[in-house]
Amino acid sequence: MLPRDLQVTPFPMADQIQLRVNGRTVSVTTGTVVAAAVALAGQTRFRRSVGGEARGPLCGMGICMECAVTINGHAHSRSCQTVCEQDMEVRTDE
Amino acid sequence: MNETRLRFEVVVVGAGPAGLAAACAAAENGCRTALVDDTPWLGGQIWRGQQAHPTIPQAARWVERFRRTKASLLDQCTILGPGGRRVLLADHPSGPRQIEWERLILATGARELFLPFPGWTLPGNFGPGGLQSLAKHGWPVAGKRIVLAGSGPLLLAVGGGLRKMGASIVSINEQAPLSRLISFATGLLAWPAKLAQAARLKWTLRGTPFRCGVWPVGAEGGEQLRAVTLSDGRRQWMEACDLLACGFGLVPNVELPLALGCQLDDEFVRVDPWQASSVAGVYAAGELTGIGGADAALVEGEIAGLAASGKEEAARRLMARRAAWRRFGADLGAAFALREEVARLAAAETVVCRCEDVRFDRMKSFAGWRDAKLQTRCGMGSCQGRVCGAAARVLFGWGMESVRPPVLPARVESLCADFLTDQSPVRK
Repeated sequence: MLPRDLQVTPFPMADQIQLRVNGRTVSVTTGTVVAAAVALAGQTRFRRSVGGEARGPLCGMGICMECAVTINGHAHSRSCQTVCEQDMEVRTDE
Repeated sequence: MNETRLRFEVVVVGAGPAGLAAACAAAENGCRTALVDDTPWLGGQIWRGQQAHPTIPQAARWVERFRRTKASLLDQCTILGPGGRRVLLADHPSGPRQIEWERLILATGARELFLPFPGWTLPGNFGPGGLQSLAKHGWPVAGKRIVLAGSGPLLLAVGGGLRKMGASIVSINEQAPLSRLISFATGLLAWPAKLAQAARLKWTLRGTPFRCGVWPVGAEGGEQLRAVTLSDGRRQWMEACDLLACGFGLVPNVELPLALGCQLDDEFVRVDPWQASSVAGVYAAGELTGIGGADAALVEGEIAGLAASGKEEAARRLMARRAAWRRFGADLGAAFALREEVARLAAAETVVCRCEDVRFDRMKSFAGWRDAKLQTRCGMGSCQGRVCGAAARVLFGWGMESVRPPVLPARVESLCADFLTDQSPVRK
């Protein structure tokens, strides 16, 4: 392994990370929550209710569960409380 | 945090102002202390984002003070409920945990009160505090037209914050009448810091319509909110917007205290002068004991932390300051009391329980929360009645009767962990 100062700086810059929302790549700054990445991907509907209605985040604080999506295969994850990580796979409507 | 069973003298649940102050006081007085929070951040909801971008010096000071203590921080750690005598069960991304405590300080804070009206379930309707939190963590608000509605000082604070982030605030609509707000504002003269804060907000929000005695009666849109209808009791009008931020004040998070057996007074955890609850060794501080804001929460947290460390004298010296901030909280509550109209906004077909899609006309025929739950499944979905239970209290006057763990949704593997079925005595 190369000494730290000889390592190639990863591109793009470290304060931007990429993840996929329904297969579409989104670039976000570090610290962005998954709910925001879903919105940035242009997706307003996060899930369908038991009666089939479109729903999106309400409380933004991890309480209402309306923002639940599938993150890296884990269904019903609270997207408002989860910080984006490089190469995360997010799916809505599941 | 790789041990599955952790043991502390003092465990503090919630890292908002009350929890931070309690953890500092306990750790600085030599107790082996842990501060547990559901999120990856310090500061709770009110100081959310302060760690990354500090703008409130008071928040930065408390976070720094906490960092200088020897207290352990268990973040992203969701408390599921009690797991035997003086043990909490918790879920962490790396697996389930048992947390043993000798003294427990609950600082679970408050959430926003949502009241159903036609269209309130459309994507694009948020709680004001919720939208502010999301915006601080990257939710795009720049250039968006936002209407704020509901009640409480949070509307102005959030309006100001969103405007600074580039949002276009269409209007701010407070349900309380102007007369009550004027007498509250006059009372603010006794609180120079609060008055200065209000004056700064007014400046940030110059040019934005701020209306009193106005509330939302409906939201329009197909799969996304497009407009909101407002009323002043005499006439109704529609305002086009991209997002609606609507909340009717705060309700305490008492699910964990109830699961532990703490008694409530009205909807708040009952505490004695030392912030001790009705359960031996369990203290409570902050909004779950009464809505008073961050300053009341800080002093209550400090008193709880000192009392839990056996420093009664030091705690006693803070009681006058606590009394003053509690008076401020009481004035705030009186000024922003809800008008009857906002409890009658739901139409027959309006969904009240969003998890199970239970509509108003199905719920209203029942005598109480328990009956309605058994017959309609309202409050039995994944939020466990946190949204509709608080609404039902306002709509129907139903009280919450009991809580069963897990108090927040848990992964099955956490609930199936070996130690849950392990009946052996606690290892020492």
